Amino acid sequence: MSRIENCFMALRTQGRTALIPFITAGDPGKEDTVPLMHTLVAQGADILELGVPFSDPMADGPVIQRASERALAHHTSLHDVLEMVRTFRETDADTPVVLMGYLNPIEVMGYQAFAEAAAKAGIDGVLTVDIPPEEGEELLAALRVRHIDPIYLLAPTSTPERIRSLTASASGFVYYVSLKGVTGAGNLDLDAVRAKLGEIRAVTGLPVGVGFGIKDAATARAMSEIADAVVVGSAIVSLVERHADDPEAIRKAIGRLVGEMRQAMDTE
Amino acid sequence: MKLTELPDARGHFGPYGGVFVAETLMAPIEELRLAYERYMRDPDFLAELDADLQHYVGRPSPIYHAERLSRELGGAQIYLKREDLNHTGAHKVNNTIGQALLARRMGKTRIIAETGAGQHGVATATVAARLGLECVIYMGEVDAARQEANVYRMRLLGAEVRTVSSGSKTLKDALNEAMRDWVANVDNTFYIIGTVAGPHPYPVMVRDFQAVIGREACEQIQAMTGRLPDALIACVGGGSNAIGLFYPFLGDEQIAIYGVEAAGDGLETGRHAAPLCAGRPGVLHGNRTYLMEDVDGQIIETHSISAGLDYPGVGPEHAWLKDSGRAQYVTITDEEALQGFHRLTRTEGIIPALESSHAIAQSIKLAPQMTSDAILLVNLSGRGDKDMHTVAAFEGLKL
Repeated sequence: MSRIENCFMALRTQGRTALIPFITAGDPGKEDTVPLMHTLVAQGADILELGVPFSDPMADGPVIQRASERALAHHTSLHDVLEMVRTFRETDADTPVVLMGYLNPIEVMGYQAFAEAAAKAGIDGVLTVDIPPEEGEELLAALRVRHIDPIYLLAPTSTPERIRSLTASASGFVYYVSLKGVTGAGNLDLDAVRAKLGEIRAVTGLPVGVGFGIKDAATARAMSEIADAVVVGSAIVSLVERHADDPEAIRKAIGRLVGEMRQAMDTE
Repeated sequence: MKLTELPDARGHFGPYGGVFVAETLMAPIEELRLAYERYMRDPDFLAELDADLQHYVGRPSPIYHAERLSRELGGAQIYLKREDLNHTGAHKVNNTIGQALLARRMGKTRIIAETGAGQHGVATATVAARLGLECVIYMGEVDAARQEANVYRMRLLGAEVRTVSSGSKTLKDALNEAMRDWVANVDNTFYIIGTVAGPHPYPVMVRDFQAVIGREACEQIQAMTGRLPDALIACVGGGSNAIGLFYPFLGDEQIAIYGVEAAGDGLETGRHAAPLCAGRPGVLHGNRTYLMEDVDGQIIETHSISAGLDYPGVGPEHAWLKDSGRAQYVTITDEEALQGFHRLTRTEGIIPALESSHAIAQSIKLAPQMTSDAILLVNLSGRGDKDMHTVAAFEGLKL
């Protein structure tokens, strides 16, 4: 059983919802990422999502795009990201880590070489934004052989047919995003999300994470009532941006936010 | 499978093309694909398109025998396909009118587009005005600053120009931003991509709209000379004017095909825009194709004196034509392009766009190596009025 499956199973028995914070690797500096990952875990993160910087992050909003730009200013590469996870694993053997990024850096490394290096580094899931399963059989096979979960996005416009084919290729969990399309946008319409989650769950038994509109403890709690996982990206990355010249302040600020979310989500 | 039968049902040209987009874009792309497949077989739609191409764009554009230039070069006879005479001054409008008519059939009321130099933006704003559609153009901040006149032109035409300050602040960033807009506003919005790149069906759809260039040229050259040309030449940025000329000739294997990429300051300097000649395959903007990228797979900035060729990718069909050997891709530097610009201007009284000047420069290289009964057909994809400031600045003048 994968670390991700284990994690969701344990949470389910405890009646809790997973908290999945996102940061971009190498933002603001390469040396900041591993300590930030440990901070997030200490404050109650169940799974970590680590963004692999890309020069053209088409599916991301301005906040995450600027994080990519900061990380690329000192050439944070896919190799660097794998090395960060390897270092993180030296002192944390349990917390699942999911990479989120775009296909081109993986193409350049080669699917087999990437999957092997990712497995060796201790990566548990890979969400490649711009490769739908129809184009991705070879990458999927390379990941599966090494027990890495392929994670897929679902959108409000995903048809039941499409949800079926995506979830057939996915493992670990699926990630429901807003149509405002780009990360970091939009207001939360809980009823609409609840309805769509019903559609998704009618098709798959995989846990469903929701990844937009979660800004603070209150929105995290509200979402935790209906989703299996709450993914928090832009709210955290905004804090990284605000304190970009002071790593200690970043740790404090995002630690506080994630801690508050955790507490609100776990309160009866 | 024959070259002319590509792409396959999912938009692949060999290993290139395809649909590499986030799930949020799958639904709009599927909607577009179905509409495109339906209307490209609809006689009523095709008649509407033909009428607009004739009466609004001014087609057919003539071909012209550049006799003085040919004589000076002392080799092949050079014929120019005069896309510069189209309404708005370039081939771009062939595609924007097609996509805008499709948008109207699909019930979309809002048009968006990305633009680099502003030519595609102007061609889009033009047809949006013609059809009474709301129009938003995304343009990199750097491009908007160096193409002020085109920004003003788009605004005159009623378009809203949104400048993009992310990334390198150029064409690729404008494209990213337009994609985001599309995802968020898909209900009423149609995204007009300006070249034969992007996710399927864009590369094939734009090719089909631009192939009118080659179809006309094929008839015209035979009517004028009694035979087919020996070689075709066109410049390649994203590659829409080139594929428009090449496609109808692909099956005639004896015709040599040359696509001309921008070598900028020279391939050896790294400051160029020649993914086919000096890049390698990767995935960007929804398709697999040749790209300009660094060792980590990050897309790098390109350079060309011609803003319309300043793009780090290229249409997937060109990638396949290169690998299959059907077409040859060569490069022309900024300096050679400028020489071509001046030479055509002085010998024929035709001022070419800097993009098209790359094709002219290649014909100047090639013609002397051919016999005087050989025929070179060059796509003069646009006129040079827009480039007066750039050319003058290169010569140290300020207009």
